[in-house]
Amino acid sequence: MEFLSYQFRNFLNEAFVENLALTYFLGMCTFLAVSKNVKTALGLGVAVIVVQAITVPVNNLILRNILIPLQLDYLGLICYIGVIAAMVQLLEMTLDKFFPALYNQLGIFLPLITVNCAILGGTLFMATDDLNFMSSIRYGIASGFGWAVAIAALAGIREKMKYSDIPPGLRGLGITFMIVGLMALGFLAFSGIEP
Amino acid sequence: MAKKTSAKGLILDPIFNNNPIALQILGICSALAVTTKLDKSLTMSVAVIFVAAFGSAGVALIRHRIPSSIRIIVQMTIIASLVILVEQFLKAFNYGLSKELSVFVGLIITNCIIMGRAEGFAMQNTVRDSFLDGIGNGLGYSLILIVVGAIRELFGSGTLLNITILPKGEEGWYEPNGLMLLSPSAFFIIGIFIWGLRTWKTDQVEEA
Repeated sequence: MEFLSYQFRNFLNEAFVENLALTYFLGMCTFLAVSKNVKTALGLGVAVIVVQAITVPVNNLILRNILIPLQLDYLGLICYIGVIAAMVQLLEMTLDKFFPALYNQLGIFLPLITVNCAILGGTLFMATDDLNFMSSIRYGIASGFGWAVAIAALAGIREKMKYSDIPPGLRGLGITFMIVGLMALGFLAFSGIEP
Repeated sequence: MAKKTSAKGLILDPIFNNNPIALQILGICSALAVTTKLDKSLTMSVAVIFVAAFGSAGVALIRHRIPSSIRIIVQMTIIASLVILVEQFLKAFNYGLSKELSVFVGLIITNCIIMGRAEGFAMQNTVRDSFLDGIGNGLGYSLILIVVGAIRELFGSGTLLNITILPKGEEGWYEPNGLMLLSPSAFFIIGIFIWGLRTWKTDQVEEA
């Protein structure tokens, strides 16, 4: 029980207080570009959760069992990015085979998950915080979940934006930045919660 | 883009006309996170210009030999090696700053500007053009980083490069605006910046 509640508290903390998108600004490029409608955003959110839940623990194993014993931790970046690229490639092939509709909708953004800073950022935070294997599984899922929630919420707001009259210069990207800023303000409210 | 091959065009075009952050929505993650202080922004800018220029040149150099199915991984490896260089250099010569930048130096690898230019430009162009294109895009990115960094440091802490400009505290009169040091302000500043840029260059306005 103790173990479960510890994991749960940390899960909430990592998903909301340390939200990758709104507190650390990670994965912003895809965050802004793919948030035009809720369905695509959710699809990408799920893809990020899956990739994150696999790559963070795998990178944790590599870091602990290969890099640190051999004192090669300065090569970490290359290894992590290799693992991430391989995982994304796998996911891409799986989606192409089993969920072609989602695959077509995600289009170019699927390969771009490789360069989604949220994924590499998650791994790097895992390495800096020196998490153990169990915690790294939790962290992967929690951080992916937080990112997915944020992008789904943003997409919801942007869908409603069609009905508003925005000054020409702000249309599109400009107003999106403003919305994300306001959302980040909202998420700051979570930071009072004790983990 | 591809038509302009003059060196000047390659460097200057991405700064205002085709700014990677304001128009192409690339490389925003790090632009927001490292801009609480001007010295962090400057370090990050230099690092990104370096990686963008040499990364693009490296990719362009072997562009005929890269099989297209594994090109992303090859580009990643080139970029990652350069970033490791930068990271080790920073750790050796300015450890404090590298601690402050924490994971964001490593995240230059996934900075979409660098990947985007490697994939979109360097794969089709010569080494020289790619190198200049990398510098240009790095400069476009730096411009926004430096502007945002300067605004946030000046109003958030009343200093620029750690030199007091607006005196605060007992003798001073300036009350620092704490919001400037928090994440939302970065979004607002970039949003306003884009607004200004698009009001000036109206052809960048999006049809919404």
